[in-house]
Order: sequence, then C-alpha cells, then structure tokens
Amino acid sequence: MMKVTVDEAKCCGAGQCVLLAPEVFDQREDDGIVVLLEAEPAEGLHAAVREAAAVCPAGAIEAAENA
Amino acid sequence: MSQSEQVLSYPIPSREALEPPAEWAELRQGCPVARVTLPSGDEATLLTRYDDVKQVLADPRFTRRLNAPDAARVSDSEDGGLFNSEMAAIIPDSGEGHQRWRRLIGKYFTAKRMAALRPAMAEIAEQLIDDMVKRGRPGDLRADLGFPLPVYVICDLLGVPAADRDRFSYWSDALLNLTKFGKAEVDAARAEFFQYMSEHVAAKRAEPSDDLLSELIKESAAEGEGLTDLELLATGMGLLVAGHETTANMIGKMVSMLLADRTRWERLLADPSLVRTAVEESLRFDANSGFGLPRYLTEETEVSGTVLPRGTTVICSMAAANRDEDVFDGAVDMDLSRSPNPHLAFGSGAHSCIGQSLARTELQVVLEVLLRKLPSLELAVPVEELNRVEGLVVGGLSEVPVRW
Repeated sequence: MMKVTVDEAKCCGAGQCVLLAPEVFDQREDDGIVVLLEAEPAEGLHAAVREAAAVCPAGAIEAAENA
Repeated sequence: MSQSEQVLSYPIPSREALEPPAEWAELRQGCPVARVTLPSGDEATLLTRYDDVKQVLADPRFTRRLNAPDAARVSDSEDGGLFNSEMAAIIPDSGEGHQRWRRLIGKYFTAKRMAALRPAMAEIAEQLIDDMVKRGRPGDLRADLGFPLPVYVICDLLGVPAADRDRFSYWSDALLNLTKFGKAEVDAARAEFFQYMSEHVAAKRAEPSDDLLSELIKESAAEGEGLTDLELLATGMGLLVAGHETTANMIGKMVSMLLADRTRWERLLADPSLVRTAVEESLRFDANSGFGLPRYLTEETEVSGTVLPRGTTVICSMAAANRDEDVFDGAVDMDLSRSPNPHLAFGSGAHSCIGQSLARTELQVVLEVLLRKLPSLELAVPVEELNRVEGLVVGGLSEVPVRW
C-alpha cells in the first residue's frame, strides 16, 4: 500500500498534483495550497501519485510505498 | 575552466534554431560552474547541471536581489534591464512577505481555475486558426496564433480591455528584450506601462468587476492586509509580462519541434491522449528557452565542489539542465510519452512559476485544437531556415511559417 504526505509549508501552489491525480490532491480555495484528499490512495492511482511526487517543483509530496 | 582560459560570452549562441549549443554538454561534463561574461560586460557564474540548477533555484541564499550594488548587470542598458529594475524589488522576494504575496495571488492560478478557462481558450484558439486559414497559406503560426492567444487570456484575467492588447505586446517586448531597444525606449515603455497600470488599478478601485485585480483590491479593503497600490501595480505588470511573451513564444517553438520531425505530429494525431506528456516534453526539450534565471548570492556557498563567494551573480540555465543525461534517459531525444518529466522549465522551489498551470493549460488547448482543426499542418520552410529572435529574456522564433 501507499501512504501519501504533503508539506503545506513547502507547497508553492503549482497545481501539478491536481492535474495529475485530482482524486488524491486538491488546492485550497483561499490560497492555492495543497489539500490531501486521500492519504492512502487505491492502487490504480499509485502511478499518478508517484508522478505527482516526482514533478512537484517544491518537493512537497511524499509517497511512501509498503508503508 | 581555469582562470586563464577564455571566459565564455553569455547567452551562448546556437547555430540551429531548435538545437542546443554544443557548449552545454561540454560545460555539464567538464565545467558545471563556469565563468561567463554578460551582455553588460559584467561577469557571472553559469550553472548547467540539473542538480545544481535545481538546488540553487530552491535555495533562499540565492536571492533575486539583482539590484544589489555589486550584482552583475544583465544588459548593457545603464540600469541592467528587467532583472535589475526597481519594479522587480517591490514584490517581497523571500520569507514570509514573499509567501504572503504568493498565496494571495496563487489562489487565482490553481489548476481548477485554469481548467475552467479551457472552453474560452479553445474558442479563442479556434477563432485565431480560422482567421489564419482565411488569410491563406502559408501562415505564420507565431504571429497568427502563438502571440495573440496568451495576451488575450492574460488581459482577460487582469480585466484589460481588448483594445489595449497591442500596447501590452509592445511594452512586454520592450521590457523583455535585452538588446533590441535603447535605454530611452525601454525607459519610455516602462513609464507608459507604469502610467497605464496606475490608471487601470485606480479604475478598478473605483469600479471593481470580477477580474483578478478587482478581486485583489476587494480583498485588500476587506482584510486590511492585502497588497499596497504599488504592490498591486507591480503584480499586474509582472503578471502581464510573465504571462505573455513566455507562452506566446512557447506555442511557436512547441509546434515547430513537433513538426520538425513530422512522425511526432503523426503520433499525436494517432493518439491525442499524449498531448499532456507531449507538452511537458516540449518544455523540457526547448533548447531556446531564453536567458535562464539570475540569482544573487548573499553568503559564501558551495556548488558542485566550487566555493562561490558572497556577492556572486549566478545564472541558472534551466534549458541546459533539462538536457542532463544523468537525470533524463535519452535526453537528446524528444520522447512524447516521457513520464515522469521533472523538467525545470518553470523553475523549482518557492519561486517556481506561479502561472505554470495557466501555461500548461494554454499549451495543451492550443495543441488539441490544432490537431483537430489542422491535421495536415506542416512547416512551410526547411527547419534550418527557422530563426531565433535575438536578445529576448525569453527565447523564441522570429517566424513559424506553416501550411496545411
């Protein structure tokens, strides 16, 4: 399984994670900062979450596998 | 590179419009921290490796304070041009002040808000393509589509009337071109732009509507901790300049790269679901992305084993970093399905491009509409005949002749 964590302080609101995995990530209405919708996403979403973590410009997403 | 060797002039020219200069690979390999001379004659330090560029862009010790007395001036105009200007210093560049500004603006550029603009963008793109087709072959994809589309979109976002779009194009060109305009022209453009935006902000204060500036003004009034008039002005000017020339040029370059080897275009026609990754790969593969990002170092720091003294001006070449073979498999190949693609076209860290969702959405929409409306699109000249626009902070092609 996968455990996702986000760092709001690091987040720069780029929105790449929302474009890649809207089931898992959103952005707050009032400042564009990341909101984690699903800390333990289903397997079908793992690839998208991995990609979101890899391309986040602020390095604000961690996806720990087999956690 | 030893001190006695010749210092490279920067930007490094490239013989072919879409290809990187040979020096990039040599620098990454043998001289990742290189001394260069800028158009002003001042010296700076050039970084070309992915890890170095990424680290420096995200490191708060490397600031945007290019107006420091000992910072290298980028251009030969007396004040060093855009990066060194007073306006650049109005928006807080670090720490809490920057984060406050960033979050205030950031909410208007979320992925969802940009996705909501898709239908309007597609409509603009269709109209512009129809007009180009009506005028007949060959068309110039730069002038007919690439340039107008992002100006229309950013002007709409900021509530700038359509009639003033051409003036914005001129001002943004004058502020972003390092060599084309003399100091008097640049100063005049900056003054006119400043005057226009002052009046625009005042008009929005008097009569707010639903654009970004009006929203920012309403918020400032409501919470008493929004942006000052000067910050609003600098924000509006910054967003216009940043939102125009960058994406405008990227549209022409993206389509040129996809048509330069037409099997790329055909692959997208066969599978339009590749549009998203194709856009990312175009951003990574763009060898003509422009000047790069300058940073001013406030304390002694080490990069790739080289000690950089306090006061060093560093130029981060994201385009060179995006070709780093240590990070991207087959970096010299354009792979339309590359994933993940952690390119640095939008920078990295707390200052990475605030408009990146907007840019991505515009590029995706333009590509989708072009594939749908003009599947027979091809370059109307051999790729060797494409020419770069010289002297821009943001790289581009002077013309993109196409037929269909």
